[in-house]
Amino acid sequence: MQQQVFSETLLESVRRRQRASKTFNYIFLTASSVAFITIIVIVGSLFYESLFFFNQVSVVEFLTGTEWTVLFVDKKFGIWPLMTATAITSAIALLVAVPSGLATAIYLSEYARPAIRRPVKSIIEMLAGIPTVVYGYFALYFISPNLLKQLIPGVGIHNALAVGLMIGVLIIPIVASLSEDALYAVPEDFRQAAYALGARKVDVVFRVVLPAALSGILASIILAFTRAMGETMIAAIAGGFRVIFSFDPREAMQTMTSFIAQVATGDAPHGTVEYQSIFAVGLVLFIITFVFNIIAIRVVKKWQIRY
Amino acid sequence: MADTVLGLGWQESRRVRWKKTLDKVAPILLSFGLFIGIATVASLLITVATTGGDRLSWTLITEYPHPNPANAGMRSAILGTIWTVGLSALICVPLGIAAALYLTAWSENKVIKRFIEINIANLAGIPSVVFGLVGLSLLTYGLGLGRSIIAGAFTLAVMTLPLVTVAAAEAVKTIPEALIHGAYSLGATKLQVTRYIILPRALPMMMTGAILAISRAIGEAAPILVISGLLFIRQDPSSIFDRFTVMPLQIYNWVSRPQVAFQELSSAAIIVLMLILLSMNSAAIALRYRYQRRLTL
Repeated sequence: MQQQVFSETLLESVRRRQRASKTFNYIFLTASSVAFITIIVIVGSLFYESLFFFNQVSVVEFLTGTEWTVLFVDKKFGIWPLMTATAITSAIALLVAVPSGLATAIYLSEYARPAIRRPVKSIIEMLAGIPTVVYGYFALYFISPNLLKQLIPGVGIHNALAVGLMIGVLIIPIVASLSEDALYAVPEDFRQAAYALGARKVDVVFRVVLPAALSGILASIILAFTRAMGETMIAAIAGGFRVIFSFDPREAMQTMTSFIAQVATGDAPHGTVEYQSIFAVGLVLFIITFVFNIIAIRVVKKWQIRY
Repeated sequence: MADTVLGLGWQESRRVRWKKTLDKVAPILLSFGLFIGIATVASLLITVATTGGDRLSWTLITEYPHPNPANAGMRSAILGTIWTVGLSALICVPLGIAAALYLTAWSENKVIKRFIEINIANLAGIPSVVFGLVGLSLLTYGLGLGRSIIAGAFTLAVMTLPLVTVAAAEAVKTIPEALIHGAYSLGATKLQVTRYIILPRALPMMMTGAILAISRAIGEAAPILVISGLLFIRQDPSSIFDRFTVMPLQIYNWVSRPQVAFQELSSAAIIVLMLILLSMNSAAIALRYRYQRRLTL
């Protein structure tokens, strides 16, 4: 004889709870897959719009040409001037951010007392919170006229140097905070073992801790580099809209991002080649930053496993 | 014999002295690294305050943009920011928290979890201007939303999603495992654990992350520039399908004009923008400290 241990109502309420859990599981899964869907959509729409562009412009001309005159009557579509400008401003940015960010990270992780650590960290975080138009304003109205013009002859109002310097300051927090995480993750045993062998602090820091954290530091630099390449407003405000194939950072030069900004400002009609060209430039920018990001994620993953 | 010993001793002591000096000098040299950042922030604030301080007035907030800088204000830009960023927060905060809950408490499949985490990290690394391009192509023209507030809000929402998600996931991770396991051992379902254990404890920290992400969205100009173009708007937004401008774009507009009066105007606008961001960040930090004690068991 089967006995009714649980009442039907109790069983029903358990089933209801299980169903609710299942429903929410799907809701949460859907929410977390938005990131993946977004990336697919980004890739899809950039390729789709670029397709129209490459129907009119040969890929070879685009990737090898050294003249970019899309906004003129006689149009030439060689992306190299935009790429070199982006490379120059990003390289200058790294020259600022890597020494400064790394020094900050080492200082905070290995030397600073807790009383200093907290305010310094919030100032560094503040650097990341300042809107990029404000940095652009500062580059145009302070760095170029008050600093660069006094120190370096031949610097114009708009120049790549000011852009690079400002982007450099913008990405200091990325280098500093990610490198600090990497340094902090080095096990205390390493330091203690080195001290036990009679090493001084400076040796412990630079010959034990720093090499152990190297891959994390490298990843932070790569991420900072991709951020520098994608920075738009500083380049648009302080870099000028002159397209030039040059390696002289004193000149005004247009980066990939500031070209996109210029076309967007001019409100290029939908369907024109000017409109399509910003998607081709955006696609190149996306591919470069995406590859670097994947490298950085790989490097971080490798380093996480080691300890 | 004595000579070599002495010589060795002398060399050693010089080496030791050198190391001792290095040991003392290193932290001082390293702290110079901080100098660049601090000096920039300081001179930036001083420059903005000295050029824009005099131009600061209520008309800056209550008036519409005007060709004459003396009469110009940023009313339409402030309202545009409130509409666009507010709408994007309504989209990305629940979405980000849901995604974070999946990644921390709900997912049982490590492979899916890892895959989603990599996607979120990748999404965070995509330049903001690229989000603008995709918004323009897909939302403005593809779905026919036009250069509207809703197109801008969706774009900002997916852009800030990684920030909200990562911060919310960190918040969940601070909850002691014992509490969660205790609830499960008493027969609670995942939904009950989420509702009664995780959310009440993690919500303040999640909100801190959300506020910081929203303040990032407020300062963002590039994607909005691509979607909305550089506009001269002299009316309040009345629906989510209206064209719009935001504060950083209005500042960009004024900064790119050569006249000194517009430079002062842009400085004053920057002061307003920075004050808004500063108060939001302070609120986030206050929230963090206020609830920090409660988070511990």
